Amino acid sequence: MTTLTDPPKEHFRLSMLLYDTRYRSATIQVIALMGFMLLAAWLLSNTIQNLEALGKPVEFGFFSEPASYDINQRLLEYDSRDSHLRAALIGLLNTLVVAVLGCITATVIGVLVGVLRLSSNWLVSKIMTVYVEMFRNVPVLLWIVFAMAILIESLPAPRAFRGEDPAATMDLFNTVAVTNRGVYIPEALFSRSLGDIHFFGDSALRFDVSLDLIAIIVVLAGSIFAMRKVIAWANRTQEQTGDRPKTWHILLGLFFVPMLTLLVALGFHLGYPELKGFNFTGGTHMRNSLIALWLALSLYTAAFIAEIVRGGILAISHGQTEAAAALGLRQGRIMRLVILPQALRVIIPPMISNYLNLTKNSSLAIAVGYMDITGTLGGITMNQTGRELECVLLLMLVYLCISLSISAVMNWYNERVKLVER
Amino acid sequence: MSDVSFVRTEMLQEQTPPASEVGIIGWVRHNLFSGWFNSILTLISLYAIYYVLSGIVPWIFQSVWNANSLTECREIMMATWGSTHGHACWAVINDRWLQMLFGFYPDHLYWRPILALVLLLIALAPILYSERVPSKLLYLTAAYPFLMPFLMWGGTIWGPISAALGFVIGWGVYTVLSKQLSGLLGLVLGVLATVIWWLVLSGYVVGAMDSILPIGIEAVQSRQFGGFMLAILLGVVAIGVSLPIGIVLALGRQSDLLIVKYLCVGFIEFIRGVPLITLLFVASLLLNLFLPPGTNFDIILRVMIMMTLFSAAYMAEVIRGGLAALPRGQYEGADSLGLNYWQAQRLIIMPQALKISIPGIVSTFIGIFKDTTLVSIIGLFDVIGLSSAIRADTAWNGIYWELFAFIGALFFVVCFSMSRYSMYLERKLQTGHR
Repeated sequence: MTTLTDPPKEHFRLSMLLYDTRYRSATIQVIALMGFMLLAAWLLSNTIQNLEALGKPVEFGFFSEPASYDINQRLLEYDSRDSHLRAALIGLLNTLVVAVLGCITATVIGVLVGVLRLSSNWLVSKIMTVYVEMFRNVPVLLWIVFAMAILIESLPAPRAFRGEDPAATMDLFNTVAVTNRGVYIPEALFSRSLGDIHFFGDSALRFDVSLDLIAIIVVLAGSIFAMRKVIAWANRTQEQTGDRPKTWHILLGLFFVPMLTLLVALGFHLGYPELKGFNFTGGTHMRNSLIALWLALSLYTAAFIAEIVRGGILAISHGQTEAAAALGLRQGRIMRLVILPQALRVIIPPMISNYLNLTKNSSLAIAVGYMDITGTLGGITMNQTGRELECVLLLMLVYLCISLSISAVMNWYNERVKLVER
Repeated sequence: MSDVSFVRTEMLQEQTPPASEVGIIGWVRHNLFSGWFNSILTLISLYAIYYVLSGIVPWIFQSVWNANSLTECREIMMATWGSTHGHACWAVINDRWLQMLFGFYPDHLYWRPILALVLLLIALAPILYSERVPSKLLYLTAAYPFLMPFLMWGGTIWGPISAALGFVIGWGVYTVLSKQLSGLLGLVLGVLATVIWWLVLSGYVVGAMDSILPIGIEAVQSRQFGGFMLAILLGVVAIGVSLPIGIVLALGRQSDLLIVKYLCVGFIEFIRGVPLITLLFVASLLLNLFLPPGTNFDIILRVMIMMTLFSAAYMAEVIRGGLAALPRGQYEGADSLGLNYWQAQRLIIMPQALKISIPGIVSTFIGIFKDTTLVSIIGLFDVIGLSSAIRADTAWNGIYWELFAFIGALFFVVCFSMSRYSMYLERKLQTGHR
């Protein structure tokens, strides 16, 4: 016989909204939401009033007007008659260029410095400590401006390369000219080029893709595919017979023969920079602003990456190495199969957030006049059209998209390598 | 079986270890020349050190300290050493260091920022070195946020006093009402009273008191602020204000209240996703658009607001890491003691979470202090902006190493001491088992 009774029915009273924990959270949330919406409405109405008073309604028509300013460092063709939209696109590409270049160099330098900081050689580890502390404790803007000043003030002018006995000579077997107007490096040319494909006709988004580049990528992908097949075949043979067939000459051949054939067929040669008149022509011209930004960002970020790498390696306990050695693994395999997979789990998330920081810091390009998205959309376009609200909001949106996509990659990676615990 | 042929009966004489294993030689062998690879590395490093030092040391010490322009500097160098190469011209620092430290602050008032800095250090002492400094100093710490703007901007003394009075009024309303009515209601009304005081009444009271009793010091305009002083001012404000906001944001992000949580997440991710420079554009160009028509407040104040919001978002993420690292048992333990949410946060959770996140918090501090240099891009004359101005000056056109070395050293000293302090704090608070 059960004697369960219903709990006494309590009628809802208004004070329960405040004092009953069941309802209080709802109260707080409703108040927070209302407060937020009030704030947003207040800001919005202020903005609308202010814009009306200024006579500048929000519209994006200015994007199709001609930009009428020049961008000297660019990947796609552009001239001052192109629209503001195209200028912003060129700027975005420039941001991505410096970000990608910077991330690669920063990783290389950072990993090297991080490993050397752990070196048993006292002198080397101290030098690396000095490097890390020096770069971490000084603002990146200072490094950028400083790098720019060094490039402009201390490098020889192009006219120093002239004459019988020039004051300056080109580096790397006469192929690279380092001047105070930028660095000229050889460019790849094809005498029997396949031509370009044009996309998007005549619109602001138009771009060309070189068929030569596509051909090279296709051949490279084919070679790598074939090489993987050969390695898989060697593995199979080893498992069946115990002997591993010799494959290195096949692999080398598979890699180089198709590529060289293609390059010869396309008539590949390098176009070297040459001094003509007062300046160099030919070759690819990397402006000082790009070099300064690239150098400063990668050296600065490398100091942070070095610390991350060092921390990641130190985080793996020595017992892991010993256990792997006890299983009979060799030195290289211990590193590859035991230490690195665990260290990378610690290293990669902060590394990616440093890539993100580098990308965001590349907006400081405006200080040295490199035309990235901040320099075009948030700089000259904004000043010319007077559309501060639209330009700054779009600029934020662009950076937000870049950041969120990098974050998405990071979350995906974290999910994949997450330790599966009990 | 007792005829053991040989057993040593006395110990061998103790010998000193070989000279190559101990002392300086041993240390050098173990740390510098332990193998052929290490030896090569050591030689390369030695050469690199020699190369750098042989350039830098003469450059620093065989230098010109007194000159009025770079040309004069070079003439002195030619006369003394016969070359202009490899000698620093510190005359530019000698000439302009006051400007680089204080910007265009009136020079007869330099004592005010200096006094503010000294007071800052004294006010920080009871927080930074709590066990060695009398806790009475905390009163100064509490008064400092009102003292500092008064010293920096000057003007009437009633402004800061009235701002402080707002807090006193809010506190008074809260203590009276929370006893008679309820705690929550008291809190809400207390905050309301403070806000009403600041927005509505404070202006009249300040005006009235100023006309009755005009006590004040010479006012300084914001556009006269600059140099390294501006970096310290912005850094201190952003650091000081962002920590509490960051804690609240982190708690909001961890909270069970969905709407509060998503508001916090949205704010944090938005701020972290855009570069600081775009937020500074907002401060310099857009903030006035967002406020009621006719509002026009100080550019430095606007920059302070944006930098505070920026660092608060980063702070929130760091503290969230600390909160996430606490074992679940700590929360459950606090609940089982019957503590309410705020008591549990104040007594159990926050002290531990903040301790775990000290390294992250300090590196956020360092980051925000370095980021104060970005204000030069929106036209404030901080130390980098001034360096560009000096380089554009005809007298010093073409100088850069000396200027940037000086600026770099200023930032290095501050940031490096912050990072060392965080290491000291970590060791002091280390309660784990080792």
